[in-house]
Amino acid sequence: MASAPLLRMTDISKHFGATRALDGVSLEVRPGEVLALLGENGAGKSTLMKILSGSQQPDSGQMELEGSPYRPRSPAAARRAGVAMIYQELNLAPHLSVEDNIMLGQEVSRGGWLLRGRQRPRVRQALELLGHPDLRPDTPVRQLSVAAQQLVEIARALVMEARVIVFDEPTSSLTRHDVARLFDVIRRLRQRGIGVVYISHFLEEVRQICDTYSVLRDGRSVGSGTLAGATESQIVALMVGRSVEELFPQVPHVPGEVLLNVQELSGIHAPQKVSLQVRAGEILGITGLVGAGRTEFLRCLFGLDAVRSGEVTLADVPLPASTGSAIGAGLGYVSEDRKGEGLAQQLSIVDNLTLTQLEPYSRGGFLNLRRRRTAARDWMRKLQVKARDPSQQISELSGGNQQKVALARILHQQAQVLLLDEPTRGIDVGTKAEIYRLMGEAAAEGRAILFISSYFTELLAVCDRIAVMSRGRLRRVLPARDWTEHSILQAAMGLEDNPE
Amino acid sequence: MNLDTHSPAADLRAIADEQRLLPSLAKSTLSVLAPFLALILVWFAFAGADYRRSARLQKPAQFNTRASLQKVLRDASQVGVAALGMTLIIIAGGIDLSAGAAMSLAATAAAWCFRDSQPVWRGIAAALATGCLAGAINGTLISVLRLVPFIVTLGTMTIFHGLGLIIAKDTPIRAFGKVPDWIINLQRPFPKPEWLMVSSGVLVMLVLAVLVSVLLRYTVLGRHIVALGSNEATARLCGVNVELTRIVVYSIAGLLTGVAGLFQFAVLSGEGDPNQGIGKELPVIAAVVIGGGSLSGGRGSILGTISGACMMSVIQHGCVTLDIRTSLQKVIIGVIIIAAVSVDQFRQRRIAS
Repeated sequence: MASAPLLRMTDISKHFGATRALDGVSLEVRPGEVLALLGENGAGKSTLMKILSGSQQPDSGQMELEGSPYRPRSPAAARRAGVAMIYQELNLAPHLSVEDNIMLGQEVSRGGWLLRGRQRPRVRQALELLGHPDLRPDTPVRQLSVAAQQLVEIARALVMEARVIVFDEPTSSLTRHDVARLFDVIRRLRQRGIGVVYISHFLEEVRQICDTYSVLRDGRSVGSGTLAGATESQIVALMVGRSVEELFPQVPHVPGEVLLNVQELSGIHAPQKVSLQVRAGEILGITGLVGAGRTEFLRCLFGLDAVRSGEVTLADVPLPASTGSAIGAGLGYVSEDRKGEGLAQQLSIVDNLTLTQLEPYSRGGFLNLRRRRTAARDWMRKLQVKARDPSQQISELSGGNQQKVALARILHQQAQVLLLDEPTRGIDVGTKAEIYRLMGEAAAEGRAILFISSYFTELLAVCDRIAVMSRGRLRRVLPARDWTEHSILQAAMGLEDNPE
Repeated sequence: MNLDTHSPAADLRAIADEQRLLPSLAKSTLSVLAPFLALILVWFAFAGADYRRSARLQKPAQFNTRASLQKVLRDASQVGVAALGMTLIIIAGGIDLSAGAAMSLAATAAAWCFRDSQPVWRGIAAALATGCLAGAINGTLISVLRLVPFIVTLGTMTIFHGLGLIIAKDTPIRAFGKVPDWIINLQRPFPKPEWLMVSSGVLVMLVLAVLVSVLLRYTVLGRHIVALGSNEATARLCGVNVELTRIVVYSIAGLLTGVAGLFQFAVLSGEGDPNQGIGKELPVIAAVVIGGGSLSGGRGSILGTISGACMMSVIQHGCVTLDIRTSLQKVIIGVIIIAAVSVDQFRQRRIAS
């Protein structure tokens, strides 16, 4: 590839107070190149991208776009210059139609009047270029799936004639099938000579779609090159800064007696007649495409969603279908929606950690704050939560540390059955390994773990058994060693006729 | 690894999407018309009750008549016009608690001009400009000070009320006999040239309603208003001038509040009473909400808002016809507001799932 770089960031540095977030980072993207930007949480990826997209200004360093100096003062200015970001949280107006979202801020108009007749062909052309001419421009965006919404954002960037498009963890809420479609779209962008920066934690994914990589660690560029010439363990080693013996630490645990027994559990739409048993000291993985009813299944168990029929017993005692009694009986739930539901973002670590179990610290309705704080500090140490102190607000923590607090909460409440919904989503490799270790330890202590994930590799590595759901039903439960990524995918798509 | 994009599962899903689209289209049309259909239903419910009662008392039924329709529409027009502006504000994710106070401030300003026998255009301009300025002040404070609309307009509500009292020197300004008939006629239930069918104020409301829906639907500003209420961060990212859009929204709404102020002035046959508008913002907001507007922004409909305003006046008028006490009317309207919003929310949830 001898072509001149499309985007060049040279020697970018940025301080926040005393913290050095970026220290002389450089990066290059050529036309038609897909660059993987890798690094653990806190390595500086987001700061670098914020600078690229104009929401923050660098302290020093230069940026060039197509050979001319580029220094956007705002995200809107960056977009005008031709750099578009596709964020993890999608940037769409849910009440507007596909067309209005794509054209937002760049409407074709005369004297304030929309010229829909001239606008429509541009929208259609963009959708066609992305290989999705089937998406109707009139549909309100809130009625679309996450994957389709993402497409609308990409189309917006295309209409804007973006030269560089940054994808920030684009697949974290997509099913495998939608991921394949997204990759198809990215390949089309590549063909058009657009430069793509792709941020992801999924190394397999990166291998599928990216040409080159650049690794950040502690605010510095620590390595770059073509992916064809690098092994996964080399890249991981660059990211974590030490050679990781095991991405998936194994804690020996032996499944014992049946702890949770679910008989024909049905919710309003999903799950449908799901029966399964989980043993003490067992990690049971649950997977399926988005919409398969995995989350609804856990929510029904935990009394968050209405149960239509079925029976659940915990150690042979019937489990009442209300969240309060589920917690009392020994169930703990970590929500997939960490920001919206899992943790109260405005509250402190100690408040969040002890929210489900305040009895040990209360007398006559009054809390002994000092004891509660000490206990919280113990848990933070045990789970290696990186934070100033227990009273720090949750929203100030990184995603990985937030997730540790969510886990600490259910361990603190001494839950015997842990319901974990995508606990490793959007978390760096290092923290993931710690979470696997915690799950293994919890199993070794005789707890039962239900572990939802869309990431087949981790399921295969961590679980004792894996259950696959599709369209609300449980398709098949097998020991982990009897599954392959391919067979899980087949079952998740419902391609097998006779589920066992 | 090459994942096949055209698997049977993908085709199945595409077919399922296609099938889902048709009923959803019918559903969304229904959801637009729902408040209007509810209005017709309420009208005939009262008409039925009135027929039965009149038969029992052996006197002619009064409710289902042209005269009563004329009165209902007239009563709805003042709240309706102000609610058009409120719809814009609510779609843009805001709220205006000062609308009632601004309305009577505008009426007072108009009365002040008419009392001093100034030219007619000046009286009208005074009302409109006052409303527009009040809105611009709200919008500017919200945008510049970055305060919550609820708080800003809570403050300006008292300010506008106080300003009205200052202008009026604490008693209503009377301009009786100095106001041209056509202005007073804006709020006469029975129109002067009879071929108008309804009071001219109702016609003004309908014309403004059409203009506002055209604004929302066919202009760049309209799309930016919805985007602002739907997701402000996105609007900003896409280069929408969020601050300016907000100021413009509040100013247009203020202009409509000014028109409503003129109506208020006409209802009192040419009197500007700064106290008259106290609490009026509540039926105005209620009209938007009954009409399907969402206080979290992004959603609201002009047809819905007008239906909401009419709904409240139908209930009021119906209760009077049926000799139901005023106190009970209030309870009924309250129940309708809550019922409308919960039915709407239920429907939204069903569409979403």
